[in-house]
Amino acid sequence: MSAWLTATVVAAEMAIPDGRLLTLDVPGWDGSLPGQHLDLRLTAEDGYQAVRSYSMASYGPAGHVQLAVDRLPDGEVSPYLVEELMPGDQFEVKGPIGRYFVWRTMQSEPVQLVAGGSGVVPLMAMIRAHDDSESAAPFRMLYSVRSPEHAYYAGELATRVGERFRLDWVYTGRTPNGWPRPPGRIDREIVEELIIAPGERPTVYVCGATGFVEAVASLLVELGHDPLRIKTERYGGA
Amino acid sequence: MAVISRGFGSRRRGSNPDLPPGQYLTTDFPVLSAGPTPEIDRAEWQFVIRDETGTRHEWSWDAMMALPVEDVHTDIHCVTRWSKLGTTWRGVALDTLFAEVETSYDYAMIHSYGGYTTNVPLADLLDGQAWIAFEFDGEPLVPEHGGPARLLLPHLYFWKSAKWVRGIVMHSDDDPGFWEQNGYHTYGDPWKEQRYGDS
Repeated sequence: MSAWLTATVVAAEMAIPDGRLLTLDVPGWDGSLPGQHLDLRLTAEDGYQAVRSYSMASYGPAGHVQLAVDRLPDGEVSPYLVEELMPGDQFEVKGPIGRYFVWRTMQSEPVQLVAGGSGVVPLMAMIRAHDDSESAAPFRMLYSVRSPEHAYYAGELATRVGERFRLDWVYTGRTPNGWPRPPGRIDREIVEELIIAPGERPTVYVCGATGFVEAVASLLVELGHDPLRIKTERYGGA
Repeated sequence: MAVISRGFGSRRRGSNPDLPPGQYLTTDFPVLSAGPTPEIDRAEWQFVIRDETGTRHEWSWDAMMALPVEDVHTDIHCVTRWSKLGTTWRGVALDTLFAEVETSYDYAMIHSYGGYTTNVPLADLLDGQAWIAFEFDGEPLVPEHGGPARLLLPHLYFWKSAKWVRGIVMHSDDDPGFWEQNGYHTYGDPWKEQRYGDS
């Protein structure tokens, strides 16, 4: 396993009301596969340390590392990263970690992504890698957010939509004006309408909070998706 | 010397000698699984230990429940850095199951419904260190946490405590299981912080 590397914050911008995108410069970083995560270590002046894992929206051999951080109200690390950290500040990272919840350009099967909130982060890395590659595999994402303001990467996602990537939204709290569907969670009807059919044998990546992932994965299995083709990543804790 | 993060540390939590290095305390019980939660009917549930001769030692749900059940109070430590202290479980000790198994192999591959596997040295499954657990906190184990039954192997990181466990196959070598092939440490001792593999 690689050593701890010094990361310097290049950019830190609020992306949603309670969440921020961090762009990091990490000399010595060897790159990552789309979907991998890293460990992030903060050290206080008296030597006290805390470590948390974050998925990366970035991928590839070089360049900047990008994370999204939701502020958890009773968190120890996330309020610091969202409210206090500024460009130029430093911490340490180690990784990349995980070789299961990843997409590789050699995969030729259709890919369905299902994101809840900041669960879009590792899927964003897959969308970028797919878009940047020659892959002919069809990609589709169903992205569930509380309201339009709670979507990470809304602008970039819109620019990447095309023949090889289709994007569908679900709003659980408030929809845009004139949206055809009332707000609500992903249900059986939505899965049937907006998810690549099991007959096309897609690989499905589901990422979000535990309740979201449990609900979506169960619906997928009920509707005939092969459990072995459903990869899940859940986040929780503080 | 670690890099100092300006202004970090105001919300720190108290230290606790029961926490392995790099872990933080949680009071809820996060769920981590690689795929969907399988539905397993107790009437069809079966636990099998297969040794190097191919002999299958089998227990149905009722046969498992008829074995001596132990109360287990233990701390659990997830590789994703949460620890939960003082959890309460009930289950059958692996010592009880292995009492009727003769094997010269030193390694066990744990298999789960849904296809998950994890590798554990046999020595870590014996001497009161491991159980087939079917109750958590006084209630039947729910499917999200591995019900109807999971392995409970609390001295290693919790991914080794395989959910939806269905059996053990004895191996002559320490072949890697599912997470062990996907970047995680082959043994996983939380006190030595054996989180990740070499590559």
